[in-house]
Amino acid sequence: MSTTINKGSRAAKLGNSILGRGAVTAFLSPSVIFITIFLFIPAGWTIYLGLTNYKLTGFDAANTKFVALDNFLKVFQDPQFINSLKLSIIYVIGSAILGQTVLGFLLAWILSTFSARARNLVELIVIFAWIVPGSVVAFLWVAILNADEGTLNRLTGSKIEWLLRYPMLSIIVFNIWRGTAFSMLLFSAAITAIPKSHLEVARVAGATRMQQLRQVILPSARPYIYTNILLITLWTFNDFGPYLLTGGGPGGQTEVLPIFVYNTALRFLDFGYGSAIATVMLLINLFISLIIIKRSKRNR
Amino acid sequence: MSTNIFSRKRQIIEERSLSERSFSFIFILLVVLFFGVPLLWLVLAPFDAITTYSIKWPDWTLSNFSKINENPYALRSLVNSAVFSAGTGFLVILVGAPASYVLSRVKFAGRDVFLYVLLLFSSIVTGTAAMVPLFLLALKLNLLDTHHGVILVLTGGLIPASIFILKDFTDSIPKSYEESAQIFGASSWRILRDIVTPIIRPGLAVIFVWTFVQAWGNFLTPLIMIRDVNKSPAANMMYAFYTEGGTAILPLVATFSLLYTAPVLLMYLYVNKKYGFRFHGGIKG
Repeated sequence: MSTTINKGSRAAKLGNSILGRGAVTAFLSPSVIFITIFLFIPAGWTIYLGLTNYKLTGFDAANTKFVALDNFLKVFQDPQFINSLKLSIIYVIGSAILGQTVLGFLLAWILSTFSARARNLVELIVIFAWIVPGSVVAFLWVAILNADEGTLNRLTGSKIEWLLRYPMLSIIVFNIWRGTAFSMLLFSAAITAIPKSHLEVARVAGATRMQQLRQVILPSARPYIYTNILLITLWTFNDFGPYLLTGGGPGGQTEVLPIFVYNTALRFLDFGYGSAIATVMLLINLFISLIIIKRSKRNR
Repeated sequence: MSTNIFSRKRQIIEERSLSERSFSFIFILLVVLFFGVPLLWLVLAPFDAITTYSIKWPDWTLSNFSKINENPYALRSLVNSAVFSAGTGFLVILVGAPASYVLSRVKFAGRDVFLYVLLLFSSIVTGTAAMVPLFLLALKLNLLDTHHGVILVLTGGLIPASIFILKDFTDSIPKSYEESAQIFGASSWRILRDIVTPIIRPGLAVIFVWTFVQAWGNFLTPLIMIRDVNKSPAANMMYAFYTEGGTAILPLVATFSLLYTAPVLLMYLYVNKKYGFRFHGGIKG
């Protein structure tokens, strides 16, 4: 009966939607235009520029040539690039994997046993650190790490120039502070999703907290842990944040890949070589993204 | 005998849980200090008559806030940030919301391929990896040193994620409202205006706040595109509050930091209160 009504109505005519073909096109086009201009074209343009010696100033500026794979051969022999790649790997492992993931998980796990009130309060402080604009966060850490008046030196009774003596460690701690909230929220959702009865059974059987963690919580949170690691690896690898605290210095000691691209292309205006480095970044991003997408398809 | 063993076991468990409890407590205390102490400077230093880098109980005053008025660029940069953020928020919704509605409701040919390609490219082509062509694009389209240029570039970067979030949100709403209105003969535009828009409004609000906060804190896009200090947003202006000798003008930096941070914290508290800000197990491996 109801099917006969539906057949005669507009729904059947318009393919089970209230929109006609023209409206569908009109609704999609603006986004498609934006995506083409700001995603597709930049991707292709980066790869193309990486194959040229395009510079904005100097002799080559007027004589842009196709140099094929010269830039890419140069990239992998460039000690500055190797240094940047190493720093990026240390930054990702230190701040994203060891820092944010581990701290975020411990926080979510331990807070799950606290009262809702205490939990909300602690979460709020961690989330605030996440929302404060990056430039302000950088200055808060400049203040903490200041040699003469900084809080860290006051607490430890030392006079260390932290940003000069331990620049890598400084940007890692800075990024853990700024980004742990995401992991904490994700894991807290994962732990909340575990049926209460599972934990109850383990507790009644006399399992310690550690045993509950190993036997109940970790197995059900595992997919979240992998997703979290991959996502924040991708974000941290592309993070320009260290620039806010150290500008890549001192002496290139914190010049992670995004800062290296910025310095090469936009400060020294060597667009060809800068794009070649950016292309390497695109390939690494592609590799991480394909793993993420493959995993999410499998689990769906 | 058996009761004895039982109470002994219980005692062990209680002792163990006591030490676990104190470990948890100490851990959380340290975490609160780690995250809380840097925030204390942001809250206290602006009100201190003698602002230093240290965190201390202030010698209370409001006079530091007059420093904001004395600096010709401080307030203007906050206005610039507001223009960038609000502009980006509205444009993202204007462009992204119709697309996410279609992607949620209409199963046109090639939709899944489109979504796959969008997901892949938006993860790969990040602001840092694509900064060279984004700069050249802005140069060739005369967008350098313009407000609308920054808004367009920021919108381009935030549209894919916004589409995915809004599409998920729309997917979670049953089609039955639209279908019953259709059966009663309402026109498509009327359904969109009177039924769809009110239903997806919370999703639109969350997207607006999210894009606003992203644009508000963005440093790299203005760094690449804006040269004129009169057009710089707060994120970049913070780095100009130094004397010619290179020392930070602390009273100005402190008060400015607080004024610059307050709007996004308030927006977060509002959204959190109104819609509840939590992941509901939606993001899973």
